[in-house]
Amino acid sequence: MSRLKLYLPLALFALLAGLLYRGLNNDPTELPSALIGQPFPAFQLESVESAERTYSVASLDGKVTLVNVWATWCFACRIEHAMLNQLAEQGVNIVGLNYKDTRPEAQRWLVERGDPYWLNLFDPRGELGFDLGVYGAPETYLVDADGIVRHRRVGVVDERIWAGELGELYRRYAAEAGDE
Amino acid sequence: MNKWLRSLCWVIVSGLLTVAGGSLAVAGIEVVEFSQPELRERYQGLIEELRCPKCQNQNLADSDAPISIDLRQQVRTLLEEGLDDGAIKRELVSRYSDFILYRPAVNRATAVLWGLPPALLLAGVALLVLLRRRRPQPATSSVLSTEQRVAELLADQQQEHRR
Repeated sequence: MSRLKLYLPLALFALLAGLLYRGLNNDPTELPSALIGQPFPAFQLESVESAERTYSVASLDGKVTLVNVWATWCFACRIEHAMLNQLAEQGVNIVGLNYKDTRPEAQRWLVERGDPYWLNLFDPRGELGFDLGVYGAPETYLVDADGIVRHRRVGVVDERIWAGELGELYRRYAAEAGDE
Repeated sequence: MNKWLRSLCWVIVSGLLTVAGGSLAVAGIEVVEFSQPELRERYQGLIEELRCPKCQNQNLADSDAPISIDLRQQVRTLLEEGLDDGAIKRELVSRYSDFILYRPAVNRATAVLWGLPPALLLAGVALLVLLRRRRPQPATSSVLSTEQRVAELLADQQQEHRR
């Protein structure tokens, strides 16, 4: 018994070291989303193309889709855009949410860099952004066929992220929706 | 003497002007209008307790991040809509999670945050009590009075001497 007690400090040290090691790999800037498992918030937004076309949450159409929050003032979105084009080519559904931007600039961006989005929502005042809890572009949400938010990625979506949780969940929900 | 007084006056006046100018400059950054004056007080309290989601450790009041400006605006709108402080916090938590609060409510996600410090304190106290109890109590007889010690030392010395 007393022998075992000698190892107690060592055990405590190992526990603490393990905890701190985990902390090293945590990204403190990545917040949990309050929307996981919740329905995608209702909205009424114009399209980027024209003020006459408006979209609502029903426009998501029961598709498994990514909702990508972007803006022309967002530097990281430039890096991300090529990846989004690639994903769209592979048949991944992506909705664009243009966040706190101006229409002409957003339109020019889509012409110059390509348009990977099947819906282009225009949110100049950040209304849907607020409801989603957006705190910095780019952000990407995964919405399932029932309109439930399943995952959020804050930051650029790249090959590594797509190979990870976001891509896995997308493929899983897309496969489930396909079976029905 | 008169000259001295006058220059002293100048120093004071220019000092006051600088201070006034400084506070004007601060007030000039953001003017928030309220329909009722008591809303301003609540607004100030709320933005001091709400946390900027983009910054690691700043409240909405201190942060210049665009998201903080937006959220301050949202808080103002919700105040004008007549929501009470608790409802406003709930609105923000439902979008930005508990992170947005500097004093989050106790729930499953925040249980460790709230529970660990008192638990560690209790464990520390318990350990201390245990260690104290374990230590053999010094026998009262072994505590010598100064006189006894002096006598002992003298006896020792005498013995040395004899050798």
